[in-house]
Amino acid sequence: MSHGYPTPPRAEERRVLGHPVPRIEDRPLVTGHGLYAGDVSFPHQLHMRIVRSAHAHARIVAIDTAAARALPGVVAVWTVDDIAELPPIDFRDPSAEALKPYRQPVLARGRVRYVGDPVAAVFAEDPYVAEDAADLVDIEVAPLPVLMGAQELGEFDDGRATEPTIVRHSFGDIEAAFAKAHAVVELDLTIGRHSGVPMETRGAIGRYDAARDVLELHGAAKVPHRNKDTLVRMLGRSPHSLHLFEGHTGGGFGIRGELYPEDVLVLVAALRLGRPVKWIEDRREHLISANHSRHQHHRVRAAVDPQGRLLGMEDEFFHDQGAYVRTHGARVVGRTMSMLTGPYKVGAYRAVGHFRLTNKTPAATYRAPGRYEGTFVRERLMDAIAARLGIDRIELRRRNLIPGAEMPFTVEFDEPGAEELVLDSGDYPALLDKALAHFKWDQVLADVTRRRAAGEAVGTGIGLFVEESGRGPADGAKISVDTDGAVEVVTGGASVGQGFATAMAQICAEQLGVDYSRIRVVHGRTDRIAFGIGAHAARATVMTGGAVNETAIKLRQKALQFASELLQTPAEMLDIVDGVVRRKGGDAGPSIALGDIAKRVAPGAELLHGREPGLSAEAWFHTDHTVFPYGAQLAVVRVDRDTGQATVERLMIAYDVGRAVNPMMLEGQLVGGSIQGVGGALLEEFTYDQNGEPLAVTFADYLMPSLRDAPPVDVLITEDAPSPRNPLGLKGGGEGGINAVGAVIAGAIDDAIGIPGAVTRLPVTPPRLKELLRRGAP
Amino acid sequence: MTEKRDITLNINGRDHAIRVEARKTLVDAIRDDCGQTGTHIGCEHGVCGACTVILDDVAVRACLMFAVQAQGKRIRTVEGLAEGDRLHPLQSAFIKHHGLQCGFCTPGFLMLAVNTLERQPDIGDEELLDVLSSNLCRCTGYQNIITAVRAAADDMRRAGAAG
Repeated sequence: MSHGYPTPPRAEERRVLGHPVPRIEDRPLVTGHGLYAGDVSFPHQLHMRIVRSAHAHARIVAIDTAAARALPGVVAVWTVDDIAELPPIDFRDPSAEALKPYRQPVLARGRVRYVGDPVAAVFAEDPYVAEDAADLVDIEVAPLPVLMGAQELGEFDDGRATEPTIVRHSFGDIEAAFAKAHAVVELDLTIGRHSGVPMETRGAIGRYDAARDVLELHGAAKVPHRNKDTLVRMLGRSPHSLHLFEGHTGGGFGIRGELYPEDVLVLVAALRLGRPVKWIEDRREHLISANHSRHQHHRVRAAVDPQGRLLGMEDEFFHDQGAYVRTHGARVVGRTMSMLTGPYKVGAYRAVGHFRLTNKTPAATYRAPGRYEGTFVRERLMDAIAARLGIDRIELRRRNLIPGAEMPFTVEFDEPGAEELVLDSGDYPALLDKALAHFKWDQVLADVTRRRAAGEAVGTGIGLFVEESGRGPADGAKISVDTDGAVEVVTGGASVGQGFATAMAQICAEQLGVDYSRIRVVHGRTDRIAFGIGAHAARATVMTGGAVNETAIKLRQKALQFASELLQTPAEMLDIVDGVVRRKGGDAGPSIALGDIAKRVAPGAELLHGREPGLSAEAWFHTDHTVFPYGAQLAVVRVDRDTGQATVERLMIAYDVGRAVNPMMLEGQLVGGSIQGVGGALLEEFTYDQNGEPLAVTFADYLMPSLRDAPPVDVLITEDAPSPRNPLGLKGGGEGGINAVGAVIAGAIDDAIGIPGAVTRLPVTPPRLKELLRRGAP
Repeated sequence: MTEKRDITLNINGRDHAIRVEARKTLVDAIRDDCGQTGTHIGCEHGVCGACTVILDDVAVRACLMFAVQAQGKRIRTVEGLAEGDRLHPLQSAFIKHHGLQCGFCTPGFLMLAVNTLERQPDIGDEELLDVLSSNLCRCTGYQNIITAVRAAADDMRRAGAAG
């Protein structure tokens, strides 16, 4: 499996794979027939409302639920005492023992640690009544000191510091690198606290089917199979008696579909109260309780030679995790440092990541986790080195890029257990050239120079990056053809709105020779397939796509074998076109539709000769490798010196994806990601006052890009470096768009205001930009 | 507070006789009492526009008004756009131009755009962008939404001229 696959064909040689065909999921979505969490209802359901802490850090003295319980329509009010036996929300993967005491309890246990911390749960006949009752729950607390900065260290509880772990990655002789440096460039950088904030808030519906003894969680997303495993552990049920169901998902971006306290509560309540329990989050709750992300403070320095080559890079950073360690453990810290050097060759490296707790909403992954952050740090550093040495910023980058000839390129870390990176394929300098040519860089620079001479504050920025995707280890799929000739693909994947079903249908259709639009793709259903990798870390296309590909090939062979026997023609002479098996190279000769073959292989059919009945197959795709797409982003930004408003005039992304399954959908991912990146760079921030009171609790304070904030995004998709690690050459496309946007906009603002290194903190809001202009050159 | 009133909501030409509290929002009544779940709730404070419906020829945010206020008015929701199997030009354009990903904001954008193009078929591009900037989308980066609405506007103008 570690050896390479041959170069896969390009779209021109394919029927549907690689083509920009319309999505099969769209029709119900444009006609109002989607099934989002809020659209799931069961007869006699109860509605849950969570009572949340109004204090950032306090000891719970007493909780009085009497008035709430007395309200007509209220069925139950729970506090931690009612669910004392439930373990805290567990990690998805085995995690270090040291992290365990920092997990979040399902309901606050003795202390509240952030504004929004669930303290009690109200169950009522009606959602309005549940909300009324929640207001009647009286929580008496004794305030405790509030810790609002990750650079300060405090006490989590008796004897436990607010630093669950420190993560380290290094290679080479870092002391020697700095000792022989021609110059050392040092920066202090902050990435603000922001997150995915999907348009659909979270939702969970628990239902206990007593007739079958099955506990069901509806409204699942992202990783239903992995969450099922965790729930099975937490609730002590057998895997066959607990199932998760994903409907439509109103955006994921990494934060939706993680296992949260509310998911556990609706399940336990459905069991105990004997009625379905529905919970739909409101927007304020979402902004203070769903995973935050990004917030890191870096002190980074580089040792360079006179040509600007990176002899060494050293980074110490503080990751503001918020109040608890959630399902990912310290994953984002690890990904930040393993990917920090990105597309560059660095002589020696040392990174130290402080995983710190504060009294804020807990954090976890958001699209390109650790990479949006790390790319901001690395590319700010490259700009600073270029400025210090007086080298053109493009030329400096070019000098440091890993050359194509050195692929695959391995980055091995000294620390035991730190996973090595094997950059599987790519020609980074070639992509840079293509990106500059496509953007018409020289012309843009000339134009910017002319505008600046006329008094405008306008500038350009560039950032280069490597993404990771398709982490293994394995995923499976089942494909069957029914007697009507319709194809069903059952996967353990998940759809967060990215076009998963269409991508899987295209891969299946290509191999099987059927119409992709007639394929039904099942995802996010733990009752249909026992294992599933879900939709995280841009795995879906690579891993589940790999599994669908293997399965479709297997089914094709099976169909051709049956057809060969039925048509008395050697299988090698047959092809499948539009669901009909016929002779290659023409319409002449006998043919049979796949649906008719399915009829002929029903149980007991003579044709079978002892083979298993049914026109179906099941197969797996295994890999022990991650694949690494890569890209370049460029921007033109204008600054209004009076208001401090930065306007992104143009954005471009060049992205090598190996092979694209559907260029239209890939472009959609890259454009959408880019605009989310603009949000994190200029607008979005979860701010708090000094008492830990969150200040961004509505869409009027948490500003996401509107159409007027979204510049046109120009996309250049290249397929120069198909991954040798999977048969279709695929790399993930979900996360690239956002990766370097923070870095690129920061560079362009520096350039626009003529102050190299001015931007050290995201988002660059108007007040901050005004302050940079007031301070002038550093 | 919990006293209920009998009202009738006319949605896409059909009457729904329902019994709701005066405080119930229009969007909750459309979804929970009338079963039309195509209209979505994104923020409940009138910013995102996911709940946009057309009320007597005006696009409104159904989270910002009470169901009782919509009594006697004609409500149009996304479920009423297609005629049988025939999609509205805007629905087709959203599919063709990949104007949706997760689809959660889509009904709101469709109703906003339908209302705008019905009222001002010859709306200028700048004004169109201003109107569309009143709803939020988190997936698409808006580019394809704009393309889809412009394309549908052309289609609708052509159809109007032909008709």
